[in-house]
Amino acid sequence: MGVRTKTIKLFKAIHQDARHWQILALSGLFSISLTTSDFGARPKALLAAIVGAMFAQVAGTVWVNARKAKRDPDSGNYWRASTLQAGFIGWFAGFQWKSALITCLSLSILLRANSLWFWLAAGFIGITAKFLIRYRGKHIFNPACIGIVTVSLIGGSAAWVSPGQWGQAPIFAAFAIGFAALVLSSAKRLDIALGFLAGFAAMLFGRALYLGDPMTIPIHQLQSGALLVFAFFMITDPRSTPDSRIARLVFAFAVAAFAAWLGWEYHIRGAMLYALAGLAILSPILDHLLPAKRFEWTSTKGKHHEPETPRGGVRPRPQLVRS
Amino acid sequence: MNLKHLAGACALGLSSFALSAPAASAFCGFYVAKADTDLFNDASKVVLVRDDERTVITMASDYRGEVSEFAMVIPVVDIPEREQINVANPGLVDHLDEYTAPRLVEYYDENPCDLRRYRMESVAMSAPPEMAMMEDAEMAPEDLGVTIEAEYEVGEYDILILSAEESDGLITWLNQENYRIPDGAEEVVGAYLKRGMKFFVAKVNLERHDGSAMLRPIQVAYEDEDFMLPIRLGTVNADGKQELFVFAITRQGRVETTNYKTVKLPSNMDVPIFVKDEFGEFYKAMFEHQTEKENGKAVFMEYAWDMSWCDPCAANPLSRSELRELGVMWLDEGPGNDIQPMPRPGFGGPQPVDAFVTRLHVRYDGETFPEDLNFQVTGDRENYQGRYVLRHPWRGDYGQCEAAGEYAEQLVERWDEEAESLAKLTGWELDEIKQKMADGGFSASAVGVSNPKPKRKWWQRLWGN
Repeated sequence: MGVRTKTIKLFKAIHQDARHWQILALSGLFSISLTTSDFGARPKALLAAIVGAMFAQVAGTVWVNARKAKRDPDSGNYWRASTLQAGFIGWFAGFQWKSALITCLSLSILLRANSLWFWLAAGFIGITAKFLIRYRGKHIFNPACIGIVTVSLIGGSAAWVSPGQWGQAPIFAAFAIGFAALVLSSAKRLDIALGFLAGFAAMLFGRALYLGDPMTIPIHQLQSGALLVFAFFMITDPRSTPDSRIARLVFAFAVAAFAAWLGWEYHIRGAMLYALAGLAILSPILDHLLPAKRFEWTSTKGKHHEPETPRGGVRPRPQLVRS
Repeated sequence: MNLKHLAGACALGLSSFALSAPAASAFCGFYVAKADTDLFNDASKVVLVRDDERTVITMASDYRGEVSEFAMVIPVVDIPEREQINVANPGLVDHLDEYTAPRLVEYYDENPCDLRRYRMESVAMSAPPEMAMMEDAEMAPEDLGVTIEAEYEVGEYDILILSAEESDGLITWLNQENYRIPDGAEEVVGAYLKRGMKFFVAKVNLERHDGSAMLRPIQVAYEDEDFMLPIRLGTVNADGKQELFVFAITRQGRVETTNYKTVKLPSNMDVPIFVKDEFGEFYKAMFEHQTEKENGKAVFMEYAWDMSWCDPCAANPLSRSELRELGVMWLDEGPGNDIQPMPRPGFGGPQPVDAFVTRLHVRYDGETFPEDLNFQVTGDRENYQGRYVLRHPWRGDYGQCEAAGEYAEQLVERWDEEAESLAKLTGWELDEIKQKMADGGFSASAVGVSNPKPKRKWWQRLWGN
């Protein structure tokens, strides 16, 4: 087998799941932050986040499978599986380690704290919220975002977001990586990323024009690591954003406007995280108003997807299909 | 401890900074003087004490011109009451500067044939000295849309708090009042006005001035969500880059900029002995070189430490009363302090205090720092200091025992490393450094190592073969 075929095979293997590209890109960002900043991402923090997030992910998966099994006897009752193996596999069916890992990488890139417990807690809270706070089978909050917002609200100055620690060359490299990952990934969420960036940039440039500031100021403000991770890896999360394109753009602009306002009015550092957490409830509302086809991570049918909480008797409504 | 060294280094530091200092403006505002005045205004020093939204800012700057021609213009969020403004003892800021300054530590090698022991001296390198001042003004009408919101006499200063509808009007009025606002300030002043900010302007009242050349720092206590330092006015009339030191004191920990990268100044390197005589030059060159490496766009952290102690101490920690004067408002607020500093090795202060200081050093102009500095208090209490080590070699007969011979060889290796790290830190030419070291007797020939061996590989050193 030639190098070429091997490369193509590898590409195909990665391309199978949009999250593979995201994990690769976030690992790249993590390494950039680790190596170029004195106050950057730390492997220990990543490990702590992984411990917290994976624990919640395992517990959540088992819980969801248990509920499913109870409700639907035809699908096989894992709790009474004849062999330990069948039970074990059954319990962990649909264990989404990739999504949890993406959450952990985002967390450790953005969050800083004076104790490893904060990353652990953020990972745990983010994933737990993914399982518990849901509407019509979709989680409301982006896990990394709600994890960071919760621990920084609880922790006060003990946990903080460090948006300005990137420097110019690393930030451009990071933007390139983020963009590449998004284009490559089949998540088809470039619209919301660009929508948010365009909306946020418009707010910054508009304010500069109003204040009579030189354009170097908004350009400088756009070179923020937090903005980058947020736009490319957080607000693009297909599971917590609206399904239809128009709704996504509306959502992106709303978050951009709210973030800008929080930053100007209340001088909150990392305002966009708070904006996304605060407006998360918009997503199901927009889904209701502008329904569209639900996103699935892998294109192949019949595979296990994100374990979904059973809808408690609500029958799935017929949905308008939009591509 | 050798106090002579300490004093010497300070003086050196001053003069070296003085040589390079660009004329003109300063910190959050700008200093203005008549065009022909020999205005020499190098570094500004700002102390920010922050606890939640409570903030005390102490502003000090070099001003070596005529006291009567000094003026200071700073944007402020609110109209402060008279009680919110104070004039500080200039020694306070100097003390804090010395305490946090990058330091040189000396060790003396003992006779390698004897047991080794260390002796240590430390030399401090402080920032240039500071003074603050202002100019004289007369009242002017409201025709220009300028409102005098408040008027105070504080110490030697006459202070006005101004609001205005238009930047043009304010600038015209200020110029009329001899504040001499430089061209190009309209945009910046206008941007601050549109954000609803007021202007705090101060100048020296000669009748109340005691005639000393040094003007005292002005302090303002206020509450605001926004933890920032307005620096843009300082870039307007800047003739070259501005030098700014920010000393931030908090209960929680380190302070960092949120809209600019914060970088630790490289530290804990062994440097050649001659650096002792030119520590000022060294510090300056190092800072310049490191700034260039970051394309001029970084804020350098030079010190971050629990204020209860230091090791080694460039100066003693500030006393409680000094901290209180600087605005550390939580010292007497009862047992709310959950962080109890532990007594530590090194040189402790008079008593442990719950305060953490961060020293940030910024060299900026309008291009590299287009925006005001935004800060945040972090919970990071990891201690950091700018510390450079001098290792004095033992001099004697290197042939008197086997250990002495080996020691001489190690010396040559060590000096090579020192030269390289100095070149890396400062960008100075390696050959020149080596020449300088050789002139001082720090070379292979000086210690009788005739044929400097090629550097031993790591595996050769591993098992001592």
